[in-house]
Amino acid sequence: MKRTPLYAAHQKLGAKLIEFGGWEMPVQYTSITDEHLAVRKAAGIFDISHMGEVSVCGAKAEAFLNQTLTNDLGKLAIGAAQYTLMCNEQGGVIDDLYAYRTGASEFLLIINASRIESDFSWLHSRHAAFDHRNDVILKNISDAMGAVAIQGPRVVDFIDNLSSQPAIGGTMVSRPTQLKKNQIARLQLSITEIWIARTGYTGEDGFEIVAPADSIKAVWNNVLELGRPFGLKPCGLGARDTLRTEVCYPLYGNDLDEETTPIEAGLGFFVSLNKEEFVGRPVLANQKANGVTKKLVAFKMSEKSAPPRPHYPISSAGPKAAKIGEVTSGTQSPSLGIGIGLGYVPPEFAKPQTLIEIEIRGKRAPAIVVPKPIYSRQLIV
Amino acid sequence: MSNIPADLKYAKSHEWVRVSGDLATVGITDHAQHELTDVVFVELPELHKQLKSGDACAVVESVKTASDIYSPVSGQVTEVNKAVVDNPALVNTSPYESGWFYKIKLSNPSEVNSLLGPDQYKAQISAG
Repeated sequence: MKRTPLYAAHQKLGAKLIEFGGWEMPVQYTSITDEHLAVRKAAGIFDISHMGEVSVCGAKAEAFLNQTLTNDLGKLAIGAAQYTLMCNEQGGVIDDLYAYRTGASEFLLIINASRIESDFSWLHSRHAAFDHRNDVILKNISDAMGAVAIQGPRVVDFIDNLSSQPAIGGTMVSRPTQLKKNQIARLQLSITEIWIARTGYTGEDGFEIVAPADSIKAVWNNVLELGRPFGLKPCGLGARDTLRTEVCYPLYGNDLDEETTPIEAGLGFFVSLNKEEFVGRPVLANQKANGVTKKLVAFKMSEKSAPPRPHYPISSAGPKAAKIGEVTSGTQSPSLGIGIGLGYVPPEFAKPQTLIEIEIRGKRAPAIVVPKPIYSRQLIV
Repeated sequence: MSNIPADLKYAKSHEWVRVSGDLATVGITDHAQHELTDVVFVELPELHKQLKSGDACAVVESVKTASDIYSPVSGQVTEVNKAVVDNPALVNTSPYESGWFYKIKLSNPSEVNSLLGPDQYKAQISAG
């Protein structure tokens, strides 16, 4: 199993470690619920060094990526980012990722840990077939980089103390809190340079930092120190999963795979039909125009029950109940105190307020389709 | 370190048994609740159910996973703890007292002798 540069730090903090996508990662330090609520109410820091980074540079980098990804990179100013998807010819999702324009013709892609090899081999073969391949340099820099996510409403109270210097690249802000959502800046941090972006996977305000692997431990320790007075806690993948499920961010391998399209997953907003041809476009355009046969819905258990889990059957409610789908993500919601989940069902069952049932160990428990996100910051005063 | 009361017997699968005559109370250990953390749901055996030792008879759900609980002894269930169903966090806060799972009338009281004593259980969990 692979280990991140923060492995020793996790051990020292008493983390419980699990296997995730080939990596030995902390699932929790104290308790998933405590860590989850720390992020909702104060702040948390996550090791996300397992995630992959790809650098794409050159005069034709934008054209290459725009033919490979579903969103429109033409919309990105220098120092701006977007959520996007990489699809196969059938419109199936190879990966979901974040694309950052770090320079006029320089891009940084942050990809899923479990997909680094698949993504890179796909990008490689696309690159080999690209007319202007000599004007695009593609590099897998995953092993050279570490990353942390710092998330929660109190993060803005201490993140500016990381550096007193203004940005030296990306969005030219004088301090991190001047970044708007989906903006990225390059910062000088003592002897190292880092990227800091106002992005995340929790539904809270926050930042993600990408730094050379040998500097990420210093960043981690520094942030832990700066954030502690504000209630910052180290958080594991357990809380990362419950946080993203509450806000209905898909997880590759659970909610997305090569047999599922972004339109079916409800991610049509990130598929731009107003740009040049890209892989999967004909299928996705057709689905946008004519509809889909399955849709990713969010649901809440209607009463107290065991938490729904991935692969539990979903059935229609009532006397003629029949299996209509499967749970793809499910957990107990620490914020709401009830079971929640995501799953694919035929479109006629996808409307909010539709009653469904989740089969939990042979017994069916009532649930209701709800609008996404299941939880949002405004919901709880 | 885990709390391991001296007056209880233990199963390798982390259940405890408190024996009183031919009646026994069953729950899960402090070590087990600590490993599970954040217990959010408990499903107990039905009242009057006949259990054999080693039967999967209850389920404990944490945020992350569902875990089966195995009956350490054989017999008939005489009482289940409704309080722990209503408030699963009792498993975390009071594993040996208010967080008990069920009471059982022993059909084979000598089974208790083959369970672990506190020192043996301690040795097992410290061996990982």
